Order: sequence, then C-alpha cells, then structure tokens
Amino acid sequence: MIGCAIARELTRYRLDVVLVESEVEVGFGTSKSNSGIIHGGHHTEPGTLKGELAWAGNQRWVRLAQELGFGFRRNGDLTVAFDEADVEVLEKIAQQGRDRDIPGVEIWGPDKIRLEEPNLNQDIIAAVDGPTAGVVNPYEACFALVECAVANGLGLRVGAPVTAIEAGGDGLLVHAGGEPIETQFVINAAGVHAEKVARMVGLLEPTIRGRKGEEYLLDKRLASIVQRTIFPCPTPTSKGILVIPTFDGTIMVGPTAQAVEDLEDVATTAVGAATTFDLARRLVPGISERDCIAEFAGVRAVAGNNDFVVGPTSVPGFFNAAGIQSPGLTAAPAIAEMLVHMLGEAGLDLLPRPEFKRTMPRPVHAASISVGELTEMAERDRRFARVVCRCELVTEAEIHDAIDRGARTLDGLKFRTRAGMGRCQGGFCTSRCMQLLAAESGAAMSDITKRGDGSWLVLDRNQLGTAEVPT
Amino acid sequence: MMPLSNLRDEYDTVVVGAGPAGMAAALSALRTGVETVLMVDREVEPGGILNQCIHNGFGLHHFGEELTGPEYAQRFLTDLLDHHIDIATDCYVLDVTPDRLVTLMSPAVGVRQVLAGAVVLAMGARERTRGAIRIPGQRPSGVMTAGLAQKFVNQMGLLPGKRAVILGSGDIGLIMARRMTLEGVEVPGVFEIMPHANGLTRNIVQCLHDFDIPLHLSTTVVEIHGRDRVEKVTVAPVDDQLRPDLSRAHTVKCDTLLASIGLIPENELSQKLGLRLDPTTAGPVVTSTMETSRDGVFAAGNVVHIHDLVDFVSQEALLAGENAARYVTGRRPPADNIKLSSGANVASVVPHTISSDREHTVYLRVRKPMEKSWLRLGDVYEKRLRYVVPAEMVSLKVRPRFLEHFHGDSLTIDIVPRDEPGREEP
Repeated sequence: MIGCAIARELTRYRLDVVLVESEVEVGFGTSKSNSGIIHGGHHTEPGTLKGELAWAGNQRWVRLAQELGFGFRRNGDLTVAFDEADVEVLEKIAQQGRDRDIPGVEIWGPDKIRLEEPNLNQDIIAAVDGPTAGVVNPYEACFALVECAVANGLGLRVGAPVTAIEAGGDGLLVHAGGEPIETQFVINAAGVHAEKVARMVGLLEPTIRGRKGEEYLLDKRLASIVQRTIFPCPTPTSKGILVIPTFDGTIMVGPTAQAVEDLEDVATTAVGAATTFDLARRLVPGISERDCIAEFAGVRAVAGNNDFVVGPTSVPGFFNAAGIQSPGLTAAPAIAEMLVHMLGEAGLDLLPRPEFKRTMPRPVHAASISVGELTEMAERDRRFARVVCRCELVTEAEIHDAIDRGARTLDGLKFRTRAGMGRCQGGFCTSRCMQLLAAESGAAMSDITKRGDGSWLVLDRNQLGTAEVPT
Repeated sequence: MMPLSNLRDEYDTVVVGAGPAGMAAALSALRTGVETVLMVDREVEPGGILNQCIHNGFGLHHFGEELTGPEYAQRFLTDLLDHHIDIATDCYVLDVTPDRLVTLMSPAVGVRQVLAGAVVLAMGARERTRGAIRIPGQRPSGVMTAGLAQKFVNQMGLLPGKRAVILGSGDIGLIMARRMTLEGVEVPGVFEIMPHANGLTRNIVQCLHDFDIPLHLSTTVVEIHGRDRVEKVTVAPVDDQLRPDLSRAHTVKCDTLLASIGLIPENELSQKLGLRLDPTTAGPVVTSTMETSRDGVFAAGNVVHIHDLVDFVSQEALLAGENAARYVTGRRPPADNIKLSSGANVASVVPHTISSDREHTVYLRVRKPMEKSWLRLGDVYEKRLRYVVPAEMVSLKVRPRFLEHFHGDSLTIDIVPRDEPGREEP
C-alpha cells in the first residue's frame, strides 16, 4: 500500500519512477490482509508520527477514492466502554479528537447506542462516536493507485525481489531481476522486509519485528448486524478485536496481535480463532463461528520505536517508509506526500507534469448496480449477462476487465472482482476463472497460479510421472 | 444445448435449476398438464452436478438399473425434449418476487423478466469449505472441495495434485478417493472427525476398502502447511467432544487437501423471496405438496434438504412439479392438517406438514447411529429399524389408515432404542 501510494504520488512529477515488487502482483504482501479501516483520526496518541499522519491521511481518502474509482464508505466507528475505567479512556480518546479538530467526535450514552447500534452488547455503558472513520478494500486501493501510476508512466516490475543495492558514488544501483536499475533515490517501502532491504546498504536501522493479525470473515447474512466499526476500549498495548463491516457488506472480526519470528508466518491458529470470536461476541453477541466463510492473517511491520519511520537515512538517496503498522493504511496518502516532499528537500527536482492523469475509470461491478443499469450494460456487451461467480454476482465482462487491468493470477482476479470471495469460496467459479485467465494469456490451465510461482492449481495428466511439480 | 434466445413473457411454470430435481419437476409439471415450462440453469448443459458424476450407482430405485450420472440426466432430458420444454442454459436467475416475476440473465437473452404461474426452486447445494470449519494454518494453493476436484478430473481432464489427503468422509470425497487412485494420484488417507463415516456404506466399501485407502475415524486435520502450495497437513485424533489431542498429532505429506465436509442448500433466492427456512435442514419449510411458505412457490431436491441418493431427489421433485402444475390449473389437493416435528434422535423431518387423507413419504435424518430401534410416529404408528446412521436418510410411508383415529394437529417422530418396550403395530 505504502509503495503504491508513493509511486502514484511521484508520477505527478516529471520523473523516471520504477516500482519493484517481490510478489507477482501489487498489494499481495501485508496489504491484502489489512482490515480496510480508515481510522477516524481520534484513536492515535499525540506526539507520534502515527498520530500526526492518521488524521491527515483520513482526509485524503474521499478524494482518492473518487479519483481512482475504488470503494470507500464513511461508516463511522464506535469505541465502547463496559465500566467506569473504560469511560475514562474514552474521554481521553474523545479529547484527542477535539484537540485535532476532528468533526463530530462525541461520547454517547446507552440510549443513543441502543438506538444507533441495537445489536451491541446491552452491558455497554458508553461509546465514543467517530463519524470520520471509514472502510475501503485495501487491495482495490493498491491496484487503483498502481494502475493510475502506470497510466502516468510508472515502470512496474513485479515478481522481482530486490537482491542487492549498491550505494556509494553518484547514485544507487538496485538489483531486482532483469537489468540493474540505476537511480538517484531508493524508497524502502518493503513492509516486513524493510529491515532486510536497509541492511543491503549497510544500515542497522530500522529493525522490524513482525506482529501477526488473524482476521475472520463472516457471511453476508450478518451484513446489517452493525453499521459502524466497533472497537473495544483500547489497552495500552492493543486496539483489541474489532467488528468491521467491510466495504463489500461482509462482517470481519479481528485482528489478533501476536509477535512472530517468521515475518512470513501468515498461518491462522485455533487459539487465534477462539480468542477472536470470544472477544467479538463480547461486543456483538449475535456473532457466531458458524457464519465464518474465510480466515486469513497478515504480519504487521513494527519498527523498533513502535512508530512510523519515514525519511532520509545516513546513506545518501536512501529513504525509508518503514514500520508502517496500524494506522498505516489510513496514513498512506499522507505518508506518500510527506516522503515526496522530503525527496524534494533532498534535491529531487519536483516539476509537475501538466498531463498528469489523476482519474481512473471506476470498474463496473454487476453486484452494485441496479437491474436497469445491468440490463443496459448487457445490451451493449452480452458478457455482462453471463455470471461467473454466483455468490458475489461477478460477470464475465468484469473478469475480462480485471485481466485487462493486469490480473495475472486467481487471487489477482479475486481481489479485483470478488470472484471466489463469497460464501462458496470459489467452489463453483475457480475453474471458470482459470479458463478465462488461460484463454486470455494463451497459457495452459496448469500454468495458472493462485498467487504466483509455486502456487500452481492443477496438473496436466502427463505431469504425474514427472519428479517435480511446476514451480 | 443450443442457447434459447426466444423467451415467452409468461410461463405456466418456471423451474430454477436443471439438475436432477429441476429436470424431474419440469417433466412432472408437463405430464400433469401445464402447457409452457421454462427450466433455467447457470451451466451450459442441463444435468447439474450429475454431469461430473461419471461413476455408476445412479437410478437403482428410479429406473431399476445402474446408470452413470450423465446417463441418468440424459434419460430425463430426452423425456423433457419430447415434451417441448424451453430450456435456458448459461442463464442465471437474479431474482424471484413473491408474485413470481422471475428476473434472469444470459448472453442469449440479456437481462429479462418472465412471469411464472408457479415456480419450482431446484438450486441444489454447495459444498462446505475450509473457511466454514476454520482449519488453522497457512493458505496455500491446493486446498479445495472434493466437488471442484471432481470437476477438474472428470470434466476438464486435469488433476488436482499428486498426493491428496481427504478431509471428511462425505460421498463426494469417497468417490474422489477412488477416482484419483485410478488416475494415479496417491491418496494417503481419508480423515473423519466423527466416530462414524459420513458417506454411504456402499461407497466406503467400493471406494476405500476395495482400493486399500485407510479411513481414520475420530481424526481431523488440525493444520495446513505450505507457503505457496500445500506441503503437508497435521492430523490429530479427537476426543468425544471433538477436541483434537495435539499430543498425538502427526503430519502427512501431500500437495492437495480435498474437503468433503458436507453440503449446504443454496437458498439465496429463497431468502430474497422471504421463504420460511428450517434451521435444521437449512432449506425452506415445505408442505406435503413441496410448496413453500409462499403461494405457488415449490421446492425440491437438495435445496430443501440434503439427500444421499439422486433417486430420492427425483421422487421428491416429481411431486413438486406435479403440484406446481396442479396449482396453476386450479387442481390443488386439500391443505395439510398435521404438523410433523423432530423428536428423539431425529435431526430433521421433510415435509414439515402432511394431510391425513392421502399417502406421504416422509424423509428423516438421525442425529447419531443406532442399532435396533423403533421409529415412532406419535402414538399412531411404529416400525422396527435395524440400523440407522446420519449418513443414510430414513424414509417412512405414512398411510391414511395410520391416521384414521388420530384427531390432533401435530405428530412428533422419535427414533428410540429397541430395548425400550415396543407397542403393537396398529
């Protein structure tokens, strides 16, 4: 997300920019597992970069979503109290909101809470209303940012992990598959791998620890159980388990927070599931494991100082945008602006490109238009009348559009169109999506992957005798 | 099938789904005397899931011979085509309103609305997935439902992997254990969390025993490993509360995990229609004529409750189609007057109501296996059952003579051990 936001911000200027990504599509690292919450800005403590940038970032999302055509909804959030000690914390949170001039932050009593969110636990005695909070689909935002950046001249190199960076001399030389890239500036937005990348130029900072978060996605049946994102009263170490109405109408519960040694440990656990559902049920008693349709985990990148690390380093030209844990998604547009400003201060010539294309067409989703509109679309293009994913109502036209926009894997299709994201989890549409991907690229079915190298989906019969499966 | 591009604006009956239930319902409606029937299906060919069930074992009850799935489907299709039915394939039903306005869409017709005299819902079921049971672990490629693997192998000529562990002993998983073995895919074992198998006994014998594939009861997959593709799974025995004993866990190398952990009726349209649903079956509440809580909307097959034999689906759907036609032509039978409910060791009962003036077949599912039991219909009837298991539906013929002296309005069905004293049959 951070790399995508910075890349798009840089393409506003007359610059040569390359985005290098180790995964096969953008947003496939921690971003795709993000909760999708745009924080209201009142939760973060003052005196931190996180606190400064959360509210700044929040205010940029409406315009970003309009320009880039991805979904964003200001659904608001409620942080709830069960006892007087909680209420004290809530008052502090509300004060932070007032101090930042965030509109509408106020404390509600039980009657107002019952009226607005009748399915919350009846033992809740007070809540902070944060009307500025919202939700997005983080992966959609990543795709849209990069598609816009590419339309503005960004060079995109995916499936290209950075293996070495040569510093010293005039500039930097980045080795990431293919031709080495000569550059004046490198921005390290490598997420959980930011420490590894910094070490390549000899930096000992930042250090990055992993903190895993598990999320559980619930059936749309529960869609109206809450309108707002529900936060428990935070403790000094954690925001706790939230109940999140996602942009698409599912309910998500999570995330857990567990320190992990392995920065790629995205396994969900039985303990994580039990904890998540117990704590979510304390907020909204109607939530049940029985409605779970999918689960996943992501690893947050936590820097040594527990804050964002944004800016220049002792290596000339090497900048960090690292340690971007929560509320990193919220802050991303502000981080991008801040970093580009810093590059300017470091001597990068920021000449605006008058031809900068700021908007992208909004992809059509059959599920979110009226029957009348769908009828018209189908008259123009009959592929809009062929349903590929029945649970999420995704048509063949949308699949083709996603492939045109750059989807190369089953997950890439899923995250762009929602095909396979619903209650049957791809039981019916996986084979059709694979066929469409294969037909478009001229590849065999056995070449189609879930999310890049090694994640093959099927074998041809003649591959059975071979010692190795495809990688 | 050639796509149907000329739809009428009105049909006597619209059948949603062209699987075994939809085809039998459509055929029966036509035979009962309605003129125009439209059958709609999302797939390009009618037949539903039968088309990927290339094994034999279908039709023993209905046709008195053993057929493959596609053969069974073709028999109905041939009959239907003789009756001049309209079949819209590659076609998705977007909505059905309570006054039976059906919105559908396909490349051949675009988005269209047709008015139906009666509607038969026959959408079938979908498979439960990994997410539904929250198997912990990583999220590699290679975890899929048994039905998807069946489609890959039987319809597309592809293999799901080289070594596949099967979780759950549902019939599709058992059939796929055999199918993959025949294709050269190794199947190290089938793991079932319950102390009893969930598939038909004949499938346990013919698909596992005959191929020396071990079935591990009271054992489940507790973790999936592999970053990009499945590399192994951890399995562990469970106690009588189904809690895994991790101290006795071990890993099994595999590149594929097939889930065969049950079917869920596909009732999204039913929910849009506001039909009353039965939480135990996850399908609509139906009368003895297979009519739902909405006038003129009927349902049959796996959308109502999960069946284990397609023959029973057909029987139920013939009844639904006949009554849809009777509804349209003003020949409805008298309304039901007795409500049925589930008692001891009975998980579900279909239909939910019956009428005392005619014969009915009532389908039950038990909660747990029981040897030598009594099946009791209130105080009016009882019969001996030899062995009942949750995987095999129990059917009961309720004859008008059982109810001659019954004047109540509800009956509970119990299945109790036979060491309890029985009563004499009436």
